[in-house]
Amino acid sequence: MARIKIPRKSTAIDMTAMCDVAFLLLTFFILTAKLKQEDPLRVDVPGASIKVNVPDVDMATVTIGHSKVFFSVEGTDLRKALLEEMGKKYSISFTPAEQQKFSLIPTFGVPVNVLKQYINLTQDERKKYNQPGIPVDTTTNSELFNWIYQARIVTKNLHNKELRFAIKGDSREQYPEIQKIIDVLQKQAVNKFSLITSLNQSK
Amino acid sequence: MAELDTSGGGGKKGGKVRSKKASTRIDLTAMVDLAFLLITFFIMATTLAKPKAMDTFWPDKTKKDVQLPVPETRTMTVLLGANDKLEWFVGAPGSATHVDNFGKNGIRKTLIEENKKIEATHAGPDNFMIVLVKASDKSTYKNFVSMLDEINIAGIKSYGVVALTPAELGLLKRDGLY
Repeated sequence: MARIKIPRKSTAIDMTAMCDVAFLLLTFFILTAKLKQEDPLRVDVPGASIKVNVPDVDMATVTIGHSKVFFSVEGTDLRKALLEEMGKKYSISFTPAEQQKFSLIPTFGVPVNVLKQYINLTQDERKKYNQPGIPVDTTTNSELFNWIYQARIVTKNLHNKELRFAIKGDSREQYPEIQKIIDVLQKQAVNKFSLITSLNQSK
Repeated sequence: MAELDTSGGGGKKGGKVRSKKASTRIDLTAMVDLAFLLITFFIMATTLAKPKAMDTFWPDKTKKDVQLPVPETRTMTVLLGANDKLEWFVGAPGSATHVDNFGKNGIRKTLIEENKKIEATHAGPDNFMIVLVKASDKSTYKNFVSMLDEINIAGIKSYGVVALTPAELGLLKRDGLY
């Protein structure tokens, strides 16, 4: 009986096209994506139909979630100068090394009196540290008021631009908490600010 | 394709010694592996959904003399209550109130319909509806943002965020929204 011989074909596939696609995708991801930032406060941002992106420079964000308030300013130079000014304001002296460290912390939520201690923690310790949030009240001398005020001054001095503000609130947060932050901003005549939302196309 | 034509041109017959041409085909498997590894890394380590910013403008509280009189017949007051519900009325306080939902068939429809009604019954050019948003202590930030978003979608020209009055709090309580 004659066996039917199946001709053996080479298993090598031409990878050129696949390689092209892979690198195309890679390029796309590198160009469009922004590195994830480790957020100390996880916030579920409400959805809306807004399609305007949040600007990347000269931007300060007040984050509110679980009744805690966190503050962040974009730009390491601004953060460094801001810490110096806040140190003067509350008569705490920060060393240049501490300023350097602070400039690398994107978001923080600790009262000024424990700020020094917080800055001197290592990165891992900082992650575990339970930040109590920045104290806010309705007076013009609360810590958040001063952070915002000094941040505006610092931005004006260094970049000659008005600092823009955004409120990033958790969707389950009760409205009075948000109103408190809005009041703080309005007290210093910041009447234009953004509310951070995520794109919600289902609605 | 990546390989080049290595067949060589016809050439003359006869015994010229030709150097042997090696194939230019490269094994791209490793390169593809690497590329996909990097893609995976970038997908995991980055955020593609950039946050969006809803710009809001608020009245200057430091100036006291910029209050404009608002005609009551053109205003619609929206009270944000508990449990993702809201209540609205058009006109002066004491007008008939309606309980409504957020979303496409709720407040958005209402806003568009009421706006049309008001534009039809008032003489121009200033015949647009003014919406007053009053958020109660039981409403959430999500409710507030959705409300502003609906106002944007409905194309309301003028709106304001105002504090709730005790009488309006009473309305919310009466309808079980507080």
